[in-house]
Amino acid sequence: MNRVFLFLPLAIFIVMGVYFALGLREDPSSIPSRMIDRPLPVFDLPGIAEGEPGFSNADLDGQVALVNVFGSWCPPCEIEHPMLMQISRSGRVPIFGVDWRDEPGAGAAWLARNGNPYQRVGDDPEGDLAFELGITGAPETFLIDRQGRVRFHHVGVIDETVWRDTLLPMIEALEVE
Amino acid sequence: MIAELGQFALILAFVVALFQSVAIFAGLRTGDAVVHGFARTGAIAQFVLVLAAFACLTVLFAQSDFTALVVAENSHTDKPFLYKLTGVWGNHEGSMLLWALILTAYTAALAWSAKPVEARLISLTFAVQSLITAAFTAFLLFTSNPFARLWPGPENGQDLNPLLQDPGLASHPPMLYAGYVGFSITFAFAVAALIEGRVDARWARIVRPWALAAWTFLTIGIALGASWAYYELGWGGWWAWDPVENASLMPWLAGTAFIHSLRVMEKRDTLKAWTILLALLTFALSMVGTFLVRSGVLTSVHAFAVDPERGVFILAILVALIGGSLLIYGLRANLLKPTGLFSEISRESTLLVNNLVLAASCALVFFGTFYPLFITTVSDETVTVGAPFYNSTFNPMVGALLILVPISGMLAWKRGKLMPVLKDLAPAGMAALAGAIAAFWIADRGLVAGALGTALAIWIALGVLTDLAKRFKLGEIAFSASLARAARLPLGIWGMAVAHFGVAIVVFAITGVSAWKQEASAFLMPGQHLDIRELAITLDDVQQYEGSNYVAERGEFTVRRGQRVVANMTAERRLYPVRGMSTTESAIHARASGDVYVTIGQPSPEHGWPVHVYLYPFAVWLWIGSAVLGLGGLLSLSDRGRRALAAKPKARAANPEPAE
Repeated sequence: MNRVFLFLPLAIFIVMGVYFALGLREDPSSIPSRMIDRPLPVFDLPGIAEGEPGFSNADLDGQVALVNVFGSWCPPCEIEHPMLMQISRSGRVPIFGVDWRDEPGAGAAWLARNGNPYQRVGDDPEGDLAFELGITGAPETFLIDRQGRVRFHHVGVIDETVWRDTLLPMIEALEVE
Repeated sequence: MIAELGQFALILAFVVALFQSVAIFAGLRTGDAVVHGFARTGAIAQFVLVLAAFACLTVLFAQSDFTALVVAENSHTDKPFLYKLTGVWGNHEGSMLLWALILTAYTAALAWSAKPVEARLISLTFAVQSLITAAFTAFLLFTSNPFARLWPGPENGQDLNPLLQDPGLASHPPMLYAGYVGFSITFAFAVAALIEGRVDARWARIVRPWALAAWTFLTIGIALGASWAYYELGWGGWWAWDPVENASLMPWLAGTAFIHSLRVMEKRDTLKAWTILLALLTFALSMVGTFLVRSGVLTSVHAFAVDPERGVFILAILVALIGGSLLIYGLRANLLKPTGLFSEISRESTLLVNNLVLAASCALVFFGTFYPLFITTVSDETVTVGAPFYNSTFNPMVGALLILVPISGMLAWKRGKLMPVLKDLAPAGMAALAGAIAAFWIADRGLVAGALGTALAIWIALGVLTDLAKRFKLGEIAFSASLARAARLPLGIWGMAVAHFGVAIVVFAITGVSAWKQEASAFLMPGQHLDIRELAITLDDVQQYEGSNYVAERGEFTVRRGQRVVANMTAERRLYPVRGMSTTESAIHARASGDVYVTIGQPSPEHGWPVHVYLYPFAVWLWIGSAVLGLGGLLSLSDRGRRALAAKPKARAANPEPAE
């Protein structure tokens, strides 16, 4: 009896190990968002440079769209950027940008250098909108339906796989909804 | 070139560690005497090699060599030189290298200090320790190479996270790691003892200085982390029950239980299997703390790169080391037979209660930290567990345990009498009650938590003093004789008393900063003021300021009580352009009775600057109390009786220590 008891720590550890293994397999970027199925907050962001248009709810205009939160300071955004450019060139879905916690002019300069995949870009230097959206880092992307509700929240970089296997099928489904 | 040199040194360290571990295990089987000598030289070789690798990485940072990937990602030419150096461990790869450096430093220290006693045990310990080193250098080489190159190198780096550009970071991770990793030695000793199938008071005496050293480092490391959060995060938060903080608290709780049960084992030859289990668990929790929290299992903020390959590798190491050690425990722990018996009322039994409560509170923190993960694996909900959970469970549990502190110290070993102890402690109890009533009365909001905290602090502090007075026979014999007794008291006892007194100070400080804190905020234009308690805080002026790698707005404040100027303070809001992040540099006027803590925010054109003022009573005692705790650890550590390693146990037994 006593001897069996001595294996108890090992048994507990094995159970926890299984949980951790499951937790590792789970993609941390699939943490469900509190925004799912809720309308976007009301916002009206200024443009990122003098004379540039801003970005507000009205711009979404009943389309299925992606809203991408980025910053010129964010290395993963640099990685994600070519994919966004590709989506934008394909014309499959409009992308809107929220320039998060950037310095004045830095976001515009970054887009001038790397190309601009966005229909409109709003400046969110203090992270007010980002806070309401529940952003924890950049890049993050929201899929918006025709009613202006958030239907999917992707945390992290959009790559070929995310686009092909997750976003594109959802966009197709939303367009016929 | 330097990067390649560092890489080469690291590869060699891995090879030496792996070879050493295998050689010792094989050599002990065949009874080869050469392995004992090799164990020591090998340990020192590992340390020198990892030190060389670390030096190479430091040179890369110092020279801002942006063809090295980690330097490009975490440094910048405009960064102050000190932060270029601390940037070495301000990133994943570098911090892992620091971890490995401290690990091999401990192994080398063991090689340096070990006396020629228990040669088999020491050699086995080296074998286990080298296995750990091999595992982690492999992790570095295969998944987190600090010497990866970037061709072509960028013109400038991406800068270190500004939150980490703080003197606190220079000392916090090395201290914390010295604590975490220090428990690797006690872990290795425990595994060695299990393999030997024998553990006794001698083992406890050899292990105790290592356990105390690790515990002291961890205590100071946690305190530095808390003070960094307090000064840098801008809202005076010194503890938020966040996973990273919990990760350091769990091994501390287990380690605290361990050093107490180690004492029981040393004195009374009992609680053996339990002590060994604590040694294993403490290091297991240290590893979980360092790795799981940073590997993506528990991310909330994905700013730290999530890399599944790293996660799997770490998990494999953890399974091998923790699972392996627990398996050996299951197979061998039945050989560790206790000999000392004790009654329900004895120092052993109170220390057992201490152990059980600390273990339970550790399990509680573990549960709270990993609960969100458990929930997401079994259902789709995500939940986080916050401060209210810990306040309603952890605090009462540990509070109740602390009531035992003075009683435990005064009870006799084996069989104690409760009534005389309680009688001796009656004055301390009365004082605690009076303190509680006074705190309830004086503190302007009659808070029960404040009264309880005050009572507990007074009870422990006076209890410790009563205990010391009894040991000196103060008042019973001539004063000079009492002094002589005090001088003869072993350092271990002094260490215990000082550490427990430190606990009293920390309890009081926590009560102050959490139960009695006050805050006020307002938008201020220069010349306007805001009032809090009897203080008026005036914003005199706001100035622009340019640092080497940031721009700042500096608010100059004057704090007045009536007409008298109490302090001039300067709070800053900094913007680091390279990362586009801003930080607050709070202004803190620290007094023994409490801190005035001022922050300034982003201005609005119509209203002026948002100014936030907090009063944190007795905050400075948090740091003083932690230092006293650490001092207690150091005193116990340098107890000569422990250092002598008891080469002649018979002689010791004939000459028992006085006053215990």
